[in-house]
Amino acid sequence: MNKRIDRRSFLKRSSGLLAAASLPLSLIEIAFGKGSTDNFTFAYLSDSHITHIKGNKFVHNWDRGLIRAVAEANLMDPKPDFVFYGGDIAQLGKPEEIDHGLEILSGLTPNVHYVMGEHDYYVDLGEYWKKRLGPDYYGFDHKGVHFIVLNSILTYEAWMHGKWDSGMQRMLQMARLDNPQGSPFMVGDRQREWLKKDLEKVSRETPIVVFSHSPLQKIYKGWNFWTEDAEQIQALLKPFSKVTVIYGHVHQIQYNQIGNISFNSAMATAWPWPYPSTYKQTDSLLPKLTVEMNRADPFFERDATGWQFINIHSGNVELHYLLPNNRNRIVAFDAEAGAPVDAKHQKMAKRTAAQTHY
Amino acid sequence: MRMNKGIIHISACLMLATGNVVADEFTQADLDRWQNEYMTVMDKGERLFHGGLGNQNTVSCDQCHPNATNTHPETYPKFQQQLGKVAVLGEMINWCIMNPLQSKALALDSDEMIALQAYIHYERRNVKLAPGKH
Ligand SMILES: [Fe+2]
Ligand SMILES: [Fe+2]
Repeated sequence: MNKRIDRRSFLKRSSGLLAAASLPLSLIEIAFGKGSTDNFTFAYLSDSHITHIKGNKFVHNWDRGLIRAVAEANLMDPKPDFVFYGGDIAQLGKPEEIDHGLEILSGLTPNVHYVMGEHDYYVDLGEYWKKRLGPDYYGFDHKGVHFIVLNSILTYEAWMHGKWDSGMQRMLQMARLDNPQGSPFMVGDRQREWLKKDLEKVSRETPIVVFSHSPLQKIYKGWNFWTEDAEQIQALLKPFSKVTVIYGHVHQIQYNQIGNISFNSAMATAWPWPYPSTYKQTDSLLPKLTVEMNRADPFFERDATGWQFINIHSGNVELHYLLPNNRNRIVAFDAEAGAPVDAKHQKMAKRTAAQTHY
Repeated sequence: MRMNKGIIHISACLMLATGNVVADEFTQADLDRWQNEYMTVMDKGERLFHGGLGNQNTVSCDQCHPNATNTHPETYPKFQQQLGKVAVLGEMINWCIMNPLQSKALALDSDEMIALQAYIHYERRNVKLAPGKH
């Protein structure tokens, strides 16, 4: 059974916040499993990088990305069961930035779960974020799916402590993506120990969805598209039949399949990043499966940014990317291929020239 | 310097005529100095690119262009369709400085503009020239 959501039904719900022309949701189909009552949808927003200038001034561009995503997520029909926020609310982890970001996010009608990003963390080792939002790793069950949240942006103790004069200096170092003085992300022993215990209570057939800020796979270390202990976490997830990892941080569409684990990344609401393969001085490992997104047009402020909603479809994930100045994309788990597949562009012959990068 | 080179050049020609091939090489000391001059400006460009431009809104070039990616300097000059004309890289840099960075355009021959380009080109070294490419 297919339920069609067209522009008109979205407009019906519109509170006048958005002009019709700005709605990116032209036509979206949500497929429901046969006879299942357990299918559900949630929205996923990430990487807003709210930047405080001074006083009451914030960088408008990044504010607008988040404001727009919140307004659009509220228009979803059927309503998502909850919203996930994938990390990097702030640019430099300042209380002003976290407060301002949460103020905008408070406009969301559904309940929101949060993931820690490095931009939220390195100024005070996550103290203010945790004060506002609670623990940075946890699990919960929802309609037969086990959800896990990890703080994957920790790093070596020696880098974190004693190397920098101040928290802000440490934050500025980590905030620079291409920093040769940076340090690789990791989940670390304590959370892996917790994860192991948490998973002991879960049956092997229960679908598992893991949220982390960084990819729990190794793509490119130079920009921390990387988690140092990725293999160890993958090993803990290996016994389960359906596992999906959803991550932010990369500000671009990526997807991959490693054994039983599907990987899906999300767009940033703030700005897009080029694929690491476009850096010609070194090698990177973008998953072969990924059909890259279009090169961003800087003259459209919101181009190649966006947000996504996720339909949990028979335990696997169907991810809808809502891209204001690009055609929306759907990446869904394909049982036959045993991997996430782009609904339109997966086959080489269907890829268009616009998706070529320098 | 120029005088010296001229003399060396003439003597090289003379030797060529006598069958001894001696190329008109620069000295290692010269090469080192010139490379050093370039790298100093390149380093300055790297700092400007990573938050050194002093723009009030604090947005920096590397936020969208880590390692100066997606700047494709090898394609300039090119028809920049959004500007409606053939533009040089410096004009696109200025577009970024005026828009996402909300600051004032640099003179195309300013030290800062030259340093930014020295850095952007360095990160793109060994990529084939493709002027006009989209
Ligand atoms: Fe981010
Ligand atoms: Fe991040």
